[in-house]
Order: sequence, then structure tokens, then C-alpha cells
Amino acid sequence: MRHGVARFVTGFLALPLGLYLFYVVWPFLQAAGYSLTDWGGYSDRQQFVGLENYIRLFSDELIRKAFWHNVFFLVTVPLFTIALALFLAFLLNVGGREDRAGVRGVFGSGLYKVIFFFPQVLSLVVIAVMWQQIYRADGQGLINGVLMKIGLINSDDPITFMYDPEPFLGVPAVLWWLLLIAVWSGAGFYMVLFSAAMQSIPKDIFEAAILDGASRFHTFFRITLPLLRDTVSVAWVYLGFIALDMFALVYIMTPSQGGPNHASEIFASVINFNAFQKGQFGYACAIAVALAIFTILLAALQLRITRRERIEY
Amino acid sequence: MSVNPDLDRRTLLRRAAAAGLLVTPAVGLLSACAGSTPSQNNDDKAGEKSKDNPFGVQDNSAVKVVIFNGGLGDAWAKEDQAVFTAKHPSVTVNMSSTQKIKTEEQPKMATQPSDLIMNSGADLMDLSTLINEGAIEPLDDLLTAPAWDSEGTVADSLLPGTVNDGTFQGKFFVVYVAFTVWGNWYNGALFDREGWTPPKTFDEFFTLAPQIKAKGIAPYVYDAVHGYYPRWALMATIWKSAGRQAVIDIDNLKENAWRAEGVLPALEAWEKLVKDKLVLPGKLDHTQSQQAWLDGKAAFIQVGTWLKNEMAATIPPGFEMKLSDYWGLGASDKAPTDVFAGAGEGFVVPSKAPNKAAAKEFLRAVLSKAGSAKFAELTKSLASTKGSGDNVQDAALSTANEVMKNAGKDLISVKLWDFYADLDKESQNLSQELMAGRLTAAQFVDKMQAAADKVAKDSSITKQTRDA
Repeated sequence: MRHGVARFVTGFLALPLGLYLFYVVWPFLQAAGYSLTDWGGYSDRQQFVGLENYIRLFSDELIRKAFWHNVFFLVTVPLFTIALALFLAFLLNVGGREDRAGVRGVFGSGLYKVIFFFPQVLSLVVIAVMWQQIYRADGQGLINGVLMKIGLINSDDPITFMYDPEPFLGVPAVLWWLLLIAVWSGAGFYMVLFSAAMQSIPKDIFEAAILDGASRFHTFFRITLPLLRDTVSVAWVYLGFIALDMFALVYIMTPSQGGPNHASEIFASVINFNAFQKGQFGYACAIAVALAIFTILLAALQLRITRRERIEY
Repeated sequence: MSVNPDLDRRTLLRRAAAAGLLVTPAVGLLSACAGSTPSQNNDDKAGEKSKDNPFGVQDNSAVKVVIFNGGLGDAWAKEDQAVFTAKHPSVTVNMSSTQKIKTEEQPKMATQPSDLIMNSGADLMDLSTLINEGAIEPLDDLLTAPAWDSEGTVADSLLPGTVNDGTFQGKFFVVYVAFTVWGNWYNGALFDREGWTPPKTFDEFFTLAPQIKAKGIAPYVYDAVHGYYPRWALMATIWKSAGRQAVIDIDNLKENAWRAEGVLPALEAWEKLVKDKLVLPGKLDHTQSQQAWLDGKAAFIQVGTWLKNEMAATIPPGFEMKLSDYWGLGASDKAPTDVFAGAGEGFVVPSKAPNKAAAKEFLRAVLSKAGSAKFAELTKSLASTKGSGDNVQDAALSTANEVMKNAGKDLISVKLWDFYADLDKESQNLSQELMAGRLTAAQFVDKMQAAADKVAKDSSITKQTRDA
């Protein structure tokens, strides 16, 4: 009997596992292999160069710049997305008026849920193209046009968004504008995730707190947040991956894919430049492998820090 | 790295194994290269060669042609296909057109590439890499082949500069089919109405600019997204001011080439244009800026002769598109009359293309009198074949012809961005920084010199040189 079960399970798992190995794990290993060569990407000629690419990586100024930009996103994307998503989820589930029917969300929360989730159903490319029009750097852009109409900015001096490398809080403005899009497009999904988690918290806990005279502020920080800890930590890891990517937005929206003058350069754009413009596939693979190792370490670290006893309801 | 024919995969594997380096995993990985599938080579069973079929195109074979569908469109290519099929009715031409050349063609280069690729646009495959990797075929035999429908060889039928522009490391690799003239465009109707004369030098432009501004028009607009647009203009000014040899030295990474006499003043003229706020406010891309110019928001825009075709759908009635030469600095100029023109829109034949003979034959058809005349007619741009625009009536084309007639003995041509991807990127970035007013001319020179020195010292980058 047991033997039969094993066969049954194997039968189901073999195909997806095979596909996964062939289309995911195998290319990863290939990239690691190429990272030890000087392959250019256009031929089948390559020489084994050992760890040369990895040594070069550490003295590459552009990579250092890209690294710090990725670190910026790594800190800000999860922070702002989770904060906004939690805020929205709290309002939609337990933020409304308390009455005899118990705890509920603000009026019309069903509609808001759909609206906030909407960016999630759009492809990232569509989002980028849409924001190009919103950010367009003359009077025909949505934001610039409106601000000019109401006289907040001079028509000779539009906001330049993607073309603005001037630092704000030490970080190029273009990165802050990209961050806004990333948070806008990500918050809806995590709002739904947190909503689901909040709904699994028994309502009587909230009601007991309210009876004891806890304010909304206290309910959120003393009850909701601690009980969502697991979900938030998973969200943090996911958003960390997104923050280390950010390629689509940078590639589509910024001038010369990482500009102006390298102000929005990230790991992925440096990989893209080395592999596809400079023709140094081996080196690009080395950067990619380094990035993968960094990502895995980070995820492990995050899960480790947030690990804790679970509360069973 | 790169061109090293005696070290093939097999040798490499043997050496790796012999060295005992990571023996099992490394061999396993390396043998898995995406490029390890040998491609079929149809050239072995080539057809009969003759004067009418100089490359021995095989009957009943197929040739895959990829056209860049950008500013020039792709209608002209279908005419070339008709020219080709008339001579080789049994050969199937599979033509496709795209804007994403690199995205679609690069992954196939090491295994089963298309036979003929028009490598152009923003998403093109880096030429120096293609050549260094041995991924494209030298086409010198195309030059010596008889012309399709005129006397002499194919080389005889081409406009000056075409062969030189397509030659790298002494071999002819890239067949440029369009002949592009760059310069400053203006609306002839507007200038006639206002009594303005298009300036020849920056000083004349700076005198005219206040009058243009007084009419509520910005004197100048440029593409703020693609750094290679303003870079054409900057390099043209440098050539006119500092002379031909200065640019050749820059391309050859000669020491202190960017500090040569005349380079800095050329860039300072552009710095002044920005500082004096003569540029239309806002940051627009190529088509947005061209549209702003067509809408009368700006007086001058600099771009090549594909402009008319690219904007054909939105040219307002009564708008007279006219081309004038780039501005020089005046009396100090070493080459004031040299024109920025050259063959563009390059075709390449991948080394692993299954039907190279038909690819070359197709190129011969593209460069034919019949094909090139259709090209000029449909695109309002000159083809790189002589006499293509003789029968086309068009203001944009005829002013371009006029600019060419007044041209000095040399054509302005810059190889820097084809030679080195790093300097390509850096010069694009710095051009945009200069045009955005964040960089002075002196800083531009310093940074370009530093970047050039860095490439010159980098042994992993294959060096290239030009003498003409």
C-alpha cells in the first residue's frame, strides 16, 4: 500500500519537477558555467577564465553604484509597500464604525478593494508605458499638465521626473519617482494578502479590545500587527525580490536604460548592458550569479530574523 | 578573447580536463553551451555560379530576410523582394520586419540565425562584438560581384563612403543601403514668411535666436531620451571646428585627442545654446520632439533624412521640410564645409546563416538601380546606390541633395560608437548631460578623455583603428 502511494505521488510530481529542472534549474547552472568564461554571446567560442570575472566585478564602479541603488529599493520598496498595504487592509477590514454588528471596514470597502487591487492585473510593461504618459516631462504630461493649469509650476520649468538626477535625501530623484510606481503597483496585492490574514483573526479579539476601551491605534499595533507577523515577513521577502529586480521600470522608463548618466543604474541594467550591448556575456553571467547569491542570503537572513513561535487561534 | 579559431570547444574541454580543473562539473557545464548545436551548412551544395548568379544561389532554396521597420518603414523591402524574385523565381524569400532586431535575432546567432539581417535602430546588435566574435560574414566578394542592372561591379555603383563605412579591420562586413544626410531642419514656409535666413554658423544662430523667441517659438529642440541624437550634432560641430584629423585621433583613442585644438570651442557653442535657454523646455523623445517641431513650437531640430518618412502621417499642411547643414563656428573652422552624411541602415550576413549565397544575392538586388530607385521614391531618402533620387520630386530630398552638392571633400563620419560600447554609452550620457545644462564643455572634454584613456588601457577590449 505505502509503495503504491509513493508511486502515485511520484507519477504526479515527475512531470512538473522535470520541467522545473530543465527550464529553471538547468539555465541557472548554465549561467554559472558561462560566468567562468569570456563568452561574448554571439558565437560558440569561449575560453575558460576561472574566477577572473568575479574579481573584476569587485572593482567595477558601475556595479558599486548599481548595488547602492538596489539597496535603496531593498529598504524602501518593502517598507512603503507594506506600510501602505497594512494601512489600507486595516481600514478595509476593521477600520470602520463599531456598532452592534461588530467590527467592520470603512464604508464601500468592497469597491476600494477592487480599485486598489487593479494595478496587479496589469502587466508591468503596461504600467511603465502608462506612467510614461503621467510623468511626461512637458505640458502634455498628466502631472505637469495639471500643475501648469492650476499654476503651481511654470510652463518653462516642468518637472522632469525620469530625467532628474538631482539628489533628494541623498538619492537621485529619478529613483524616488520609480519607487512611487513600484509602491503604487504593489500595494494592492499585499492589501489583499493582509486582508485575508486579518479576516482569519477571530473578531472577538477585536471586540474584547474595544470593550476594554482600546483605541484604533492600539488595536492595530497591539493586536493586528503582532498576529500578522508571519504574513508580513513573507511579504517582506517577496518585496525584497521585487526590489532587487526593478528591471522593467528602469529599462522602459529611464533615458539610456539606467540614466540619466547612470543615475538609475541597477544590477539588472548593468547585466543587460554588459551582456547585450557590450557583448560580455560571461561577465554579465558573473554579475547575475553574484546577485542570485546575494538574494538567497538575504531571504535566508530575513526569514531567520522574523522566525518566532506561532500563535494558534 | 574573441577571434581565436584554433581554440575550439573540443580543445577547450580537453585542456580543462587535462588541467584537472573542476573536471566533472565544468565539463558538464561547458558542453552544455547554447551554441553547441552544429548548424547545417547549405553552402556545400551550392548552385552553379555565373555572371547572373555570381554567388551560386541554389534553385528551390529559401532565404530568411529580417528588415528593421523603423523610420524608413518596410514597404521598400517588398519592392526589393520583387526585384529579387524576378531573377530567381524558384527561391523562396521569407521576409519579416521588426523593431526589435537584437531581442529577436541575437538568441539565434550562435545556432540557427536568419540569412540576412538589417541591423539597425535602437535595439541593434553591437557591431564590434559581432565582428570580434566572428559572428558575421565578410562580404568583400559582394563588392567585386557584377552590379545587378548597371555596368561594372557592385562597388562601382555605390556612393562614396558606403564601402568605407561598412569596413572594419580591413574587411567589408556591413552593407549600408540608405544614404543619410544629417543637419538642421527648419520649416521653409515659416522662414519665408518671417524673412529669416537659416544660419550657417552658431554666431548667426545666436543673432537670429532672439527674433525667433520674440515670436513665441523656441529656437531649438532635441531628443532628450536617446543620447545618440544630440551626439551627432556635437560630433559634427567638433569635426567642422577641429577638423577631420582631430576626430580620427578621437576614434583611434590617441592620447589627449579630446583636448585637441578646436574641440572645446565646438562644445562651448552648445553649452552657450543651453545656457541662453534657447531649447524648448521639457524632455521629449525623438518623435515627441519632432512633433513639437512640426507643431511650430521650435524652429530647428537636428536629425537625419529619414525624418520625412518617419513623420509622414503628421506633417501639417503647408509645412515645408527643409534641410540645412550643421552650424560651424565661423572663421576658425578647419573643415567648415564638410557635411555629416554617410551610408546607414546596415545589413549583415551571419556566419552561421544557412543560405549565405542567397543572402548576398538579395543584397545585390537591394543595391540595384531598380531597387534603390523604389527605395528613394518610397522613403524620400537617398539610397547608397548612385542616382537613386534622380526622379523623385520632394523638398526634403532636394534640399538634402543641395547640402550634398555644397559639401567639402570629406564626409563627416565618426566610428567611436561602433568601435567601443563603453565609449558609446559614455558619449551618449555626457551628450545628454551637456544638453541638460548639468555639464560644462570643459567637464565634457575631461570626462570623455578619461573614458577614452580607460578603454585604451583595458586589455579585455579589442582595439580598432581607422585611417580615413
